[in-house]
Amino acid sequence: MSTSPQATPRTLTAIWAVLRREFSGYFRTPLAYVFLAVFNAFAISLAFFVGNLYEANIANLDRFFLYHPWLWAFLAPAAGARLWAEERKQGTIELILTWPISVWQTALGKFLAAWLFLACALAITTPIAFTIGFLGSPDVGVIIAGYVGSLLCAGACLGVAAIASALTRSQVIAFVTGFLACFALVMMGYGIFDEFLAGAFSPRVVEEIRRLGLWRNLEPFTLGVLDFRPIVYFLSVAFAGLGVSTLIIERR
Amino acid sequence: MALIEAKDLRKSYGSIQAVRGVSFSVNRGEVIGFLGPNGAGKSTTMKLLTGHLQPDSGSARIADFDVVQNPIEAKSQLGYSPEGAPAYGEMTVREFLSFVAQLRGLNNPAARVQDTLTLCRLTEVAGQTIDTLSKGYRMRLGFAQAVIHDPSVLILDEPTDGLDPNQKFEVRRILKEMAARKAVIVSTHILEEIEELCTRIIIIARGEVRCDEPKEVFLQRGQDLNKVFRELTA
Repeated sequence: MSTSPQATPRTLTAIWAVLRREFSGYFRTPLAYVFLAVFNAFAISLAFFVGNLYEANIANLDRFFLYHPWLWAFLAPAAGARLWAEERKQGTIELILTWPISVWQTALGKFLAAWLFLACALAITTPIAFTIGFLGSPDVGVIIAGYVGSLLCAGACLGVAAIASALTRSQVIAFVTGFLACFALVMMGYGIFDEFLAGAFSPRVVEEIRRLGLWRNLEPFTLGVLDFRPIVYFLSVAFAGLGVSTLIIERR
Repeated sequence: MALIEAKDLRKSYGSIQAVRGVSFSVNRGEVIGFLGPNGAGKSTTMKLLTGHLQPDSGSARIADFDVVQNPIEAKSQLGYSPEGAPAYGEMTVREFLSFVAQLRGLNNPAARVQDTLTLCRLTEVAGQTIDTLSKGYRMRLGFAQAVIHDPSVLILDEPTDGLDPNQKFEVRRILKEMAARKAVIVSTHILEEIEELCTRIIIIARGEVRCDEPKEVFLQRGQDLNKVFRELTA
C-alpha cells in the first residue's frame, strides 16, 4: 500500500470548498454586480410601475412578490448557466471528475453557492420592506413569508437551470433552455396560457396544471401563509433539478 | 504490487472502438512514456485510468483500488494533469492550489500549497490570476495541482506540450526529482522526451498496445525513432 501522506477528503469539507469557490467565483467578474443591479431595478420597478405598489396605498408587499416568478424565471437561469457549462468549456470538468470527491458533492456545493448568490440579490431588495414599514404598519410575518417563498421559488428555477447547464458547454444555450423551461413553469396557471387551458381541458385538469406552476405555489407565501404543499413543491423541483443534473454529469 | 494496473480495458464511442483491450501495469519507480498518434486511444486510456470515463469492460486499478468500485480511494492516490492543464482562470495561482488542497482534505493545507509553489517554481506568480499566466507557468500549475498531495500515482497528459526548450527542461527536471517514489505515466508526442525521462515505453495505436518494453530495448529498435514510431503505429 502507498506510503504517501494522504488524507481522505471529508464530505463536508469538500462541499464547503466547492461552495466557497463557486460563490466567490460570482463576484470575480463584473457580471455579478450587473446581475444584482438588474435584479434590484426590475424587482422595484415592476412593483411600483406595473404593480402600482404606491398608488394601492396598502402597507403590504404582495404586489412586489407577485412578479418574482418572472424575475426568477429569467435571472435564475442567468446565474445558473455557468454551473456546469463553464466547467465543460474550461476543461475543468476533467479535474472535478478525477479529484477524490463525488459528483453529488460538487453538484450540491455549486447549487448552494448559486442559491446563496440569488439570496444576496433578494436581500438587496429589503429596503423596500423597510420603506413600507416606514410608510405604514405592515404585517412583518407576511413580509418574511413572502421573502421565504421567493427564495424557495428561486431555488426551484435554479434546479431547472442546473439541468440546462449540465446538458451543454455553452452558457448561452444553457441560459436560453433554462429560461424557456422556467417560463413554462411560470405560464402554468397564468394569463393567456391559463385561459387557453381553461378552454381546452376540464376544470379539474386545469387546476392540476396550475398546481404544478410557480405562480400558484408562491401565492400563499405572499398572503403570509407558510403552507406545507408549496414548500414541498419548490424544494422538490429544486432538488429534482439538482439530482438530474448530477446524473447527467455522472453519465456523460 | 503494481501501482497502476489496466486490465483488458475497452471503450467505445458509438460505433467507434477507441480502446480495444488495453492491458499493462506500472510499478513504483517506473516512468512510462505513453506514445501514439493522435486519435490512437491514448487520452481515452488515460481517462479510463483516472476515472473520468468508465470502461465498457475491463478494469483499472490505482494503488490497488478499483477506479470504478472505489473511486474516492483510488483518486486520493492519483495526481492527474489533463491535456492543456485546465484551471479556473479567474482565481490566482495560490487560491487555486489552496482550493485543491482543501478539496483533497490535506492536513496543513497552507504549508502544502507553499511547498508545491516552491517545488514547481511558481512562487513568483503565486498572486497572479491564472488567466494572465504564460503557457509555461500555466503548464507548471497543471503539474502543481497534480502533485500537491504527493500522490503515489502520477498521470500527465502532454505536460510539456507547447513549452519552449527551457520550460520543457524545467518540467522534466521536477518530474525526475519525484519519479523514484511514484508510478508515472507521461503521454507525449516528443520522442526525445523518452530518452531523457522514461524508463519504459508503451505505444498505442488504433486502441491497442503495439509495444510495451524497457527504454533500452526500445532504443535498440533503430537510430531513427520517428521511423520506428511510424512502423509500430502503421
